[in-house]
Amino acid sequence: MTEEQSIRMEQVCYTVGGRTILTDFDLLLEQGVNRTILGVSGSGKTTILKLILGLIHPQSGRIYINGMEITNRPESEYREQRKKIAIVFQGGALFDSMTVGENVGYRLFEEGRLSQAEIEEIVREKLRFVGVEPALDLYPAELSGGMKKRVAIARALAADPEYIFFDEPTTGLDPIGVYNIVSLMNRLQEAGKTTLMVTHDLPTAFATSQRFSLIHESRLAFEGTEVELRACLQPNVQEFLQPTDRSLFV
Amino acid sequence: MTRQPRQWKRCSSVIRLSAIDQQMLGFFARFQAFFFLAWQSFIRIFSKPYYYRDFAIQFDKLGFSSLFICVLTGLFTGMVMALQALIQLKPFAATSYVGGMVAVTMIKELGPVLAALMVAGRVGSAITAELGTMVVTEQVDAMRVEGTDIIQRLVTPRLKAMLVALPLLTIVTDAISMLGGYLIASGYGISPIMYLSTFTQFMVPLDYLEGVTKPLVFAFLITMIACQTGLNTGGGAEGVGAAAKRAVVLSSVLVLMCDFFIAKIFVVFR
Repeated sequence: MTEEQSIRMEQVCYTVGGRTILTDFDLLLEQGVNRTILGVSGSGKTTILKLILGLIHPQSGRIYINGMEITNRPESEYREQRKKIAIVFQGGALFDSMTVGENVGYRLFEEGRLSQAEIEEIVREKLRFVGVEPALDLYPAELSGGMKKRVAIARALAADPEYIFFDEPTTGLDPIGVYNIVSLMNRLQEAGKTTLMVTHDLPTAFATSQRFSLIHESRLAFEGTEVELRACLQPNVQEFLQPTDRSLFV
Repeated sequence: MTRQPRQWKRCSSVIRLSAIDQQMLGFFARFQAFFFLAWQSFIRIFSKPYYYRDFAIQFDKLGFSSLFICVLTGLFTGMVMALQALIQLKPFAATSYVGGMVAVTMIKELGPVLAALMVAGRVGSAITAELGTMVVTEQVDAMRVEGTDIIQRLVTPRLKAMLVALPLLTIVTDAISMLGGYLIASGYGISPIMYLSTFTQFMVPLDYLEGVTKPLVFAFLITMIACQTGLNTGGGAEGVGAAAKRAVVLSSVLVLMCDFFIAKIFVVFR
């Protein structure tokens, strides 16, 4: 795999309000290899996604998207790079004032390259893919949590990005909702999309990813496959995989 | 033992200085961010995409929805102005000047300030709360990821709507206050012609210009403070509430302060 087809973080440090979130963090997301970043709540998993997207900026280190360094670039340059990436936020982050259809077609409307009819066709296709086509004219407030997530996935797919990020996609969902999201992610991977997910939900992670990174105390504690992760004898990795009484109230 | 208190004293003054330093740095950073946003929003008024639909929605939200409150404010302020003026003018047999007095006070000062304060309370807080909620629910981040220029999409349509709506609201407030003043003046035997004729005696064209310039400046201030506060909201629902309160207080105080400085500038050019 060439460097031009990957997202890479090198020695990234991020501090906010005097609190260190990431220290010398490295990450490689190669196209076609789906990765999950694991870690306890508040360990800085979402921060990694926001750093790659340029929504926040690191104090030091470098971030590359398809070989191009994007660290601390102006917002206008980030906008170009972001076209390669879409994200499904934890709460969906659907725009309240727009219908489901307008949410899904948002990026296409903004770009203004396609006609209204073409955008509508794409929107319907994406909503059909995630199984919520009947909700086309509803507003986000009228949807359930699971439906919101699926609409957010449809929105992420609309502009045909190379990479799709998932921020805790199964949090707050019932088992059927989790199953739906996992199968959708697998279908996306079959369709050739590269996914980067952050979660603390191990079954979802193992069902959707080939490689795993574990953050512990702002540093990368582990990187490898599922087999390597399970075989890893590091105490912090073992503690994460099989919490014991020692983990209580940590 | 004897040196310890001195060390503590020195240490506490260093901590105090460092806290002041941090506060000052924070203040100047916010100040800089405000002017950056204001400039970026202003230049985007003239650049594409124009988001006409958003402008229309915002104009409706900011303008028409504030009309009733401005009418009420204008009516009662005009009435009370005329009442107080008539009481003061009656001993000098100068009640015929009441129209001019109401006009000067309302068009130059109270009309723009009261309309701006009403709009700051009603609309400024709404803008901050709306943008703040979008920030805490990650909708603003989602828009940025989708390739949207946040200033162009969220700030500029509000600014344009406010720059059109507030001067119009001020004109309505002024007109209604004149009417309210006449309602009271008519009870003292002042004819409509007498009431209107004193306008020209008291007002010069520059006064009308002052009456329109002020709402334009206030509109810019209210919108920029509301947007800046809203886009920097943090801390969930509580943070949104605190941000809305902060925006209203700050914009109200700045409206009153700017009113003085604009008046001073017009006095110089008189």
